[in-house]
Amino acid sequence: MSADIVDRITHSTAPKKNRRQLSGVAQFWLIFRYISLTIILAMVILPIYVLVVNSFKGISGVYLNTAFELPKTLNFETWSAAWDWLAVPMGRTLLFVTQSSIISALIGSINGYVLSKWRFAGSNAVFMLFLFGMFIPYQAIMIPLTQFNKLVGLTGSIYVLVLAHVVYGIPICTLIFRNYYASIPDEIIEAGRVDGASMVRIYRAIILPLSIPAFVVVLIWQFTSAWNDFLFAIFLTGGSPKLAVATTALNWLTGSSNQVYYGKNMTASLMASIPTLLVYMFLGRYFLRGLLSGSLKG
Amino acid sequence: MATVQSKQVSARIGGFFFVLPSILAIAIFVYGMIAYTFNVSLTNRNSASVKDIKHVGFKNYTELFADERFIHALGNLLKFTGVFLVGTLLSGFIMALLLEKGVAGEGLFRSFYLYPMAISFIAMGTVWRWLLNSSRDGDAGGLNLVLQKIGLGFLQNDWYLSPRGAMFAMAVPAIWQMSGYVMALFLAGFRGIPDDLREAARVDGASEFKIYRHVLFPQLSPTFLTVLIILGHISMKVFDLIIGISGKSYVTDVLAVYMWQVTFDITNFAKGASIAMIILFLVAIVVIPYLSHVNKTEREN
Repeated sequence: MSADIVDRITHSTAPKKNRRQLSGVAQFWLIFRYISLTIILAMVILPIYVLVVNSFKGISGVYLNTAFELPKTLNFETWSAAWDWLAVPMGRTLLFVTQSSIISALIGSINGYVLSKWRFAGSNAVFMLFLFGMFIPYQAIMIPLTQFNKLVGLTGSIYVLVLAHVVYGIPICTLIFRNYYASIPDEIIEAGRVDGASMVRIYRAIILPLSIPAFVVVLIWQFTSAWNDFLFAIFLTGGSPKLAVATTALNWLTGSSNQVYYGKNMTASLMASIPTLLVYMFLGRYFLRGLLSGSLKG
Repeated sequence: MATVQSKQVSARIGGFFFVLPSILAIAIFVYGMIAYTFNVSLTNRNSASVKDIKHVGFKNYTELFADERFIHALGNLLKFTGVFLVGTLLSGFIMALLLEKGVAGEGLFRSFYLYPMAISFIAMGTVWRWLLNSSRDGDAGGLNLVLQKIGLGFLQNDWYLSPRGAMFAMAVPAIWQMSGYVMALFLAGFRGIPDDLREAARVDGASEFKIYRHVLFPQLSPTFLTVLIILGHISMKVFDLIIGISGKSYVTDVLAVYMWQVTFDITNFAKGASIAMIILFLVAIVVIPYLSHVNKTEREN
């Protein structure tokens, strides 16, 4: 059995041969590969490069035909303007995203534990029915969901988003934990059981301490997807400024009526992306694992 | 023995009780709510003021297929899906192919190729709206300016403002975002192939090209299928990307955006629900065969 999918990807078989030992043809292909990789790199970086350089050109220093040029001086005007617009929504987003990620991770961990180690009749079918929930277009539940929120009195509170991200996060969180626990040998559970430990005790004493990597994967996955979510936010908070989150606040700012403030728009877009970019920079490996679990492989 | 067995049975029932809250949540919020939406789609709730709600059969669906706007949005979605699938598959595959043997600095390339997945399209929409700006020649900025600079000025175009090419333009940022993901999947595919296969072919005197063509590529067909399904279902649901770049403009209308407008701007719930069911149907025909395939391979293991 091949190793874990992320290990497989990051297992670099960097060329051990010295370049001088390579034949002419091999050398040509190596150079060709580097040039192609660098061109692709430039294309991938271009959009974020434009955001970064234009965020330092001031409120009125941003023009389309000089969009690719570096700023002549570093001007932080747009940063304070964007902060005025985004500080409250970003704080609100952080608050609800933290809550929904933690609850999702706990639920996912319990489900994953039972569905991998304590299967019951029909547990496989249950898992498959969960998985389908991961792929549905949320438009198909939006109308009843808004009515449900009204019915239970959640409308007008940020908890509409906590509820949505927790409930619709159940499939992916369960999947990640289930796959992770499947790699823990059954013998460990067996040994605990022989010692007379209950299911809950085995979970607390043996499984939970081993679960930290899976918790990191699920937490940052839920964090990133809830932070970047626009669909639930726009449907469930109904455009109320009182409930603006990072994406909706940004969309109101940059939406077509507001296109004159290019510099501020660029900076705000960058600012709203900083939390998830930081997570990606420092925990990229865990992010990749969450991303790949969505493909159901490994 | 009997006590051990009964203990195990009770543990299994206990396990079921721990999952029960989630089972109920999924039953209500996924399946129950889909059923509810379907039911709404069969009624006459065509505005918020309808008091006498009654079933009208599939009238909303037949009306949709006579609705020029809906047909336009559906056509746009299919156009977008075609370009997005081919473009992302190709670019992701090429990235993986370039990296698969390992190069110095591979980690750096990989990390940069994947970062677009960490950012929302609402944020990137701002900059893509600039990059896909339609001004040309002297006034050009964005990609039109890049094309001029690299001597491909004749390729300058109106991007998402052009009635015919809008969806092709919309696929550009989508390809930009998802290529790294496809690269990762193919890279995992390449590196899951045992080295012996390559070695054996080499010993047999096969050229590098032939090794790729006849030994490695056939091994990647399961990955290819996975990629196709992942991209396919994402494409059917495309929403943020369109809103982030062109908003609710007619030329780039797709089903998800139309559904949003119909439901929340004009509160035609029955029509919105019908569009939602059609998106669900499109996703289901892509995903259900895949899930049953995954289920089968799981059982075999």
